[in-house]
Amino acid sequence: MELIRNLGAITLQYVSGMGLMTVFLVKTLLCALTPPFKVLNFIKQIRFIGAQSVFLIAFIGAFTGGVLALQSYYNLNKLGSVAFTGPLVTLAIVKELGPVLAAIMVTARAGSAMTAEIGIMRITNQIDAIEMMGLNPLRYLVVPALFAAVISMPLLTSIFDFLGIFGGYIVAVKILGMEAGTYLGEIPNYLDMKDILEGLYKSISFGVIVSWVSCYKGYYTGASGFGAEGVSKATTQAVVLSSAMIVIWDYFMTALISL
Amino acid sequence: MIQIEDLYKSLSGKKVLKGVNLNVSKGEILVLIGMSGYGKSVLLKHIARLFKPDRGRVLIDGKDIGPLNSRDISGIRSRIGFLFQGGALFESMSVFDNVAFPLKEKLGLKKDEIRERVLQELDNVGLSGAEDKYPTQISGGMQKRAALARVLVWQPEIILFDEPTTGLDPIIGHAILQLIEELHSRKKFTAVIVTHELQRVFKIAHRAAMLHEGVIRAIGTPDEILNSEDPVVKQFISGETEGPISYR
Repeated sequence: MELIRNLGAITLQYVSGMGLMTVFLVKTLLCALTPPFKVLNFIKQIRFIGAQSVFLIAFIGAFTGGVLALQSYYNLNKLGSVAFTGPLVTLAIVKELGPVLAAIMVTARAGSAMTAEIGIMRITNQIDAIEMMGLNPLRYLVVPALFAAVISMPLLTSIFDFLGIFGGYIVAVKILGMEAGTYLGEIPNYLDMKDILEGLYKSISFGVIVSWVSCYKGYYTGASGFGAEGVSKATTQAVVLSSAMIVIWDYFMTALISL
Repeated sequence: MIQIEDLYKSLSGKKVLKGVNLNVSKGEILVLIGMSGYGKSVLLKHIARLFKPDRGRVLIDGKDIGPLNSRDISGIRSRIGFLFQGGALFESMSVFDNVAFPLKEKLGLKKDEIRERVLQELDNVGLSGAEDKYPTQISGGMQKRAALARVLVWQPEIILFDEPTTGLDPIIGHAILQLIEELHSRKKFTAVIVTHELQRVFKIAHRAAMLHEGVIRAIGTPDEILNSEDPVVKQFISGETEGPISYR
């Protein structure tokens, strides 16, 4: 009986949490559609989420492409199909790994920081102070982050894709000794505009997920604990939930696009 | 001006307020005392409508603020200032920008006017010359004064003070209270002060109320509270560990 009661309580907690998250997103979107727009906050967020993530994304992208090329080359060699190394690396990065890994990297670097910053503002009453001025904190803290993530993510994904293909090229051509023409020449035969757009659409939706989950967890920091511990828990939850949602949503989006 | 009627509130399953009734008149300074964790700050947050009551009403000038929509709440809040315990200054902004924030964002004033009003308010709280410093670069007392300047700058009719002297040394604490008294005599705002500093705060208060076990246990002039025969009030005032209040 106790077990059923506990299960019920946990289910209720999750369902109400999801409801609260949805309401948070709807309120943010409503806020985003009405002026005044906080352009300066938006530029700051673009710099933080986008510009400051470029180096990390480029680095991870290049190594991801490199390792993919390494694996593809050795395994395709067994089948006598090394010519497909280029298209395999490119399609894997453009359609899946680029948007997903870039989003997870942004979650780890910028999402966690967003949660911590908003969480500290919550526990030190800075969010209450904004409300006490008759202003809407969502407009200052969440809307700029949402827009910035939606704009930054496709750009970061493009950088990841480009560096990923380039990293694959370096490994396949310069290290493994493949012909440059073989690696690059086959790519246009298999890569369509549709594939590139698929990756970019995904990255836009991941931008929404990262900013939504990170800001939500920070905004309701008191719900997961108090003080520094509450902020630390909220940050962990934001990274875990955001990463999980990215992978799950990726599956559904791929299934939907592939129909 | 402020009426609290039969207010109930539970937080995390614990009943914090159990039928609070309290009236504060226009221009009055009311001090709210009570044991830590007994809901004084929760009560303040109800007056500011940062919390919604489970039951009961909070009325400002006869208007129940519980059912108001966000636009009307914004209107009510523009009449209320809240000095939070830690100051709640925006750490990424300078003292000047902190004080200027409500003028710029809420009132949309021009730059020159904002500058004039901010510098005037900083001068009022004795912070001239500190406008370019960041909250982490100034002392706790200066942070409280900067937060007070941010509250005063848009001239609210009601100011809620949540432990304005906590964490400050006695001299700075006294200076903050003197400042509140002096500003009150000039601006005539209505004030509710939550504090543990009985002797010093009582000197500037018109009335004091004690919140105990979720209800107002005693209310009266500071002298009446200090000389109360109620054993709970007596023990709290004297700070004795033995008595009806269990601190364990």
